[in-house]
Amino acid sequence: MALQSLFRKPPSKIVDLMPAISFKSVSKIYRSASNKIAPEVKALDAVSFDIQQGEFFGLLGPNGAGKTSLISILAGLSRASSGTVTVHGSDVVTDYANARRKLGVVPQELVFDPFFTVREALRIQSGYFGIKNNDAWIDELLSSLSLLDKANANMRQLSGGMKRRVLVAQALVHKPQVIVLDEPTAGVDVELRQTLWQFIGKLNKQGSTVLLTTHYLEEAEALCSRIAMLKQGRVVALAQTSELLKAASSNVLRFKIDGELPEHLAVKARITGRIVQFPAHNAHEIEQYLSAIREAGLVAEDVEIRKADLEDVFLEVMAEKVGVTA
Amino acid sequence: MTGWQTLFYKEVLRFWKVGFQTVGAPVLTSVMYMLIFGHVLQDQVKVYGQVSYTAFLVPGLVMMSILQNAFANSSSSLIQSKIMGSLVFVLLTPLSHWHWFLAYVGASVARGLLVGAGVFAVTVFFGQPGFVAPLWILVFAILGAAMLGVLGVIAGLWSEKFDQMSAFQNFVIMPMTFLSGVFYSIHSLPPFWQKISHLNPFFYMIDGFRYGFFGVSDVSPWLSLGVVGGAMLMVSAIAVNMLRTGYKIRH
Repeated sequence: MALQSLFRKPPSKIVDLMPAISFKSVSKIYRSASNKIAPEVKALDAVSFDIQQGEFFGLLGPNGAGKTSLISILAGLSRASSGTVTVHGSDVVTDYANARRKLGVVPQELVFDPFFTVREALRIQSGYFGIKNNDAWIDELLSSLSLLDKANANMRQLSGGMKRRVLVAQALVHKPQVIVLDEPTAGVDVELRQTLWQFIGKLNKQGSTVLLTTHYLEEAEALCSRIAMLKQGRVVALAQTSELLKAASSNVLRFKIDGELPEHLAVKARITGRIVQFPAHNAHEIEQYLSAIREAGLVAEDVEIRKADLEDVFLEVMAEKVGVTA
Repeated sequence: MTGWQTLFYKEVLRFWKVGFQTVGAPVLTSVMYMLIFGHVLQDQVKVYGQVSYTAFLVPGLVMMSILQNAFANSSSSLIQSKIMGSLVFVLLTPLSHWHWFLAYVGASVARGLLVGAGVFAVTVFFGQPGFVAPLWILVFAILGAAMLGVLGVIAGLWSEKFDQMSAFQNFVIMPMTFLSGVFYSIHSLPPFWQKISHLNPFFYMIDGFRYGFFGVSDVSPWLSLGVVGGAMLMVSAIAVNMLRTGYKIRH
């Protein structure tokens, strides 16, 4: 895959405005005196990219790639070892008050304060940002997130899905221009996922910038117009979703087999139980794979040829060595 | 309500919602102390000449409950929200470290004074101290609560486990409050231990506080004010710095 194509500038018409989020050479090193095996871990290595206003941006990467570290630094929960981050021009360290006012962060874990009801928690959150009399907006949030009937319930009494919705509401009480979601649909049922995406999508259309980290690649493909992929603290891909999909092998050969693939084929394949998938650039490659299967004495069932999706791109990017100048 | 006032309000609401635990229980505990020690030592011990022991005990119990509850409020709030994760909601706000300091210490003072007033209202039935200099009472009550509130912030930020917090509370705060002259005048101690007591800032809090009631104290209330004021500035500097650098809450 042509890796240069993975680093593309965003569409020029929105480059003139100040970026919603700007990461400049952000590095983060975790030092642990007690950990003798890995006393120093470089979680982020000179990460630099911008997110333009109004974008729906996806940040992808395997566990440990540095996504949460990057978001923590953005939100002020953590401090970068070097580099700067700005939100609509406000530095998250030297001008943190303004930066945080523009950000709404939905954390990954289902945290809550057990002393308060939903409405109390939202009023208090509004108050932290200096907003008095926010009840009208709070009611709108509760209504959009189907929480009106739970408004006076104690946070402890809510189900996981409801707590997740309250977290979203808490992040939005101050009407931030930039919304950050850290794995918002992990462990969430289909219906709630639809509700959340409809709501966030509406806010994005109204002008809010959205930064999303997720492991659900079909979600990222459906929602995000531009994507950055992190691997071991470095950006290994940064482009429009459509460009990434084009840059990957355009097709995937998919079939089921009983029995094991021979070694020389298995290394090229993505195997999930009985399902085997090969990236295929053209008909010739497809034909070669199928005849190789036949020669190995295996029978391929449910053979299909599908377009490459973001998961295929992701796996190809992650498998490749990093070392690209963009 | 804006900014730090919201955080102050939230911290007060937090303890108010579990009022039995945070206000009711300390008041009851003080009544227990009064009943037991007051009853046992009533006629045996005379302090400051003619003051009865139960009357002597009232300000001591009031101050002790102020100090312990002020500490408990900020320390328990911080460590609970740290461990449970709900501190993130405050960390994401534009509040500065000064706002945090004012809100947490302010709420500790509110709880300390509320509990103190409750303890006084109940124990005053057993012994009636005078009201020689009420302004000193107020000054030391507020300063004492504030200083323990600040210590609570330091302990809450430093502790990573409930066990560490417990250790701080039981091995540092409690001995210091009990051995500061709550239950006895330090003149009843051997000279060596009297000198040790003079090194305990809590002693000056209680001594100055008692002066407001009886007009009599072991050391001058102005000296007590100086010692407590100085200690307050020192611990405040530490706490504010911990908040500013995000010690153990922003990595």
